[in-house]
Amino acid sequence: MDVVINGEQKQIRGGTLLDVLAELELDPRAVVVEHNRKIVRRVGLADVTVTEGDAIELVHFVGGG
Amino acid sequence: MTTAVEAIHDEPLTIGGHTFTSRLMVGTGKYPDMDTMVRAIEASGAEVVTVAVRRVNLDRSKESSVLHFLDPKKIFLLANTAGCYTAADAIRYARLAREAGFNDFVKLEVIGDEETLLPDVAGLLEAAKVLVQEGFKVLAYTNEDLVTALRLEDAGCAAVMPLASPIGSGLGLLNPFSVRTIKRRLHVPVIVDAGVGTASDACVTMEQGVDGILMNTAIAAAQDPVAMAHAMRMATIAGRAAFLAGRMPRREVAMPSSPTKGMLD
Repeated sequence: MDVVINGEQKQIRGGTLLDVLAELELDPRAVVVEHNRKIVRRVGLADVTVTEGDAIELVHFVGGG
Repeated sequence: MTTAVEAIHDEPLTIGGHTFTSRLMVGTGKYPDMDTMVRAIEASGAEVVTVAVRRVNLDRSKESSVLHFLDPKKIFLLANTAGCYTAADAIRYARLAREAGFNDFVKLEVIGDEETLLPDVAGLLEAAKVLVQEGFKVLAYTNEDLVTALRLEDAGCAAVMPLASPIGSGLGLLNPFSVRTIKRRLHVPVIVDAGVGTASDACVTMEQGVDGILMNTAIAAAQDPVAMAHAMRMATIAGRAAFLAGRMPRREVAMPSSPTKGMLD
C-alpha cells in the first residue's frame, strides 16, 4: 500500500506500525512514531494498523544546540 | 581540573528538581565527526547535553542518531525545538522529544527571524504556557529582554535562557547589563544560551552571576574542539568563582598598589 513516511511516498506491505518499523529495519526503541499527526507510544505500536494514504513521521535525536 | 573548584563554596545548580554540578551545558551539533564530539563533551565536563529532534534517515538510520555515540545514563539529554518557527511546531517537537522517554525537560525555541534566529517572544510564551500545563520542564531560549523573561517565569518555565548574542555568531556577551538585570529579577535559574565565541566570553558571562551557560558552536567550530571544550570548562568555573568572590570596585583613577611612604629621598 502507499503511505507517506517522513514526507516521502513509500510502498509498504502494511500491517501495524510495529510491522512498518520492522519492514524499514528500524528499532522501535530508537524512534518516536507519529501517525497522522498523533504520537503513538512505543507500547501501542502493535495496536495501530496502517491504512492507505496514512502519514507517518519517524523521528529521533540528532546533534543540535 | 577539580583542584581550583575546591576553594569555591557554591551551591549546585538545580533546574526543575534536577541538580547539576557543572554550570556548563553543551550542544552536539556541527562537530566535524562524532569521535571529536564525544571527546569534546567529556573535556567540557558538561552534564546537560542538548540534542535536536529530526526525521530518521530511512536509508542510513543506524548512523545518524546521536544516541549511538552518547550514553544517556552518563549525561542529561536536553531536547531542543530548534528550527521551529511557530508555537504549534515547537509544541509538536517537544511532545515527540518527551516520547523518546528520557525526561520531561525541553529547551524551548520558537524562532522569529531567519537571519538573526532571534526568538518570536509571542510564540515562545504561548508554547511555554501549553508545555508547562502538560508537565514539561521548560527551559526557554529568549532574548535579553527583562519583561519577556519575567513573563516566561510567570508562565512556569523551569529556567530562562537569554542569549549572549545571536545563535552561532560567536560575538560574545553583547548586553551584560540586561543579562545581569534578568538574573537579579528572576527567581528561576538563568542560563545564558547562544553567542559565546571563546573562553573569555564564557568567563565574562558567568561573572554576571548567571546560573549557567549553554554553548555549541564555540566548541564545535573551534579549530580544536576538544581543547576549546577544556578551555570553556575552566572559563566557566573561573567566571563563576570570580562572581562569587566579588570583584573590586571600578575606579576612574589609578591607586598605587605599593606603599607611597618609605620612598628614598
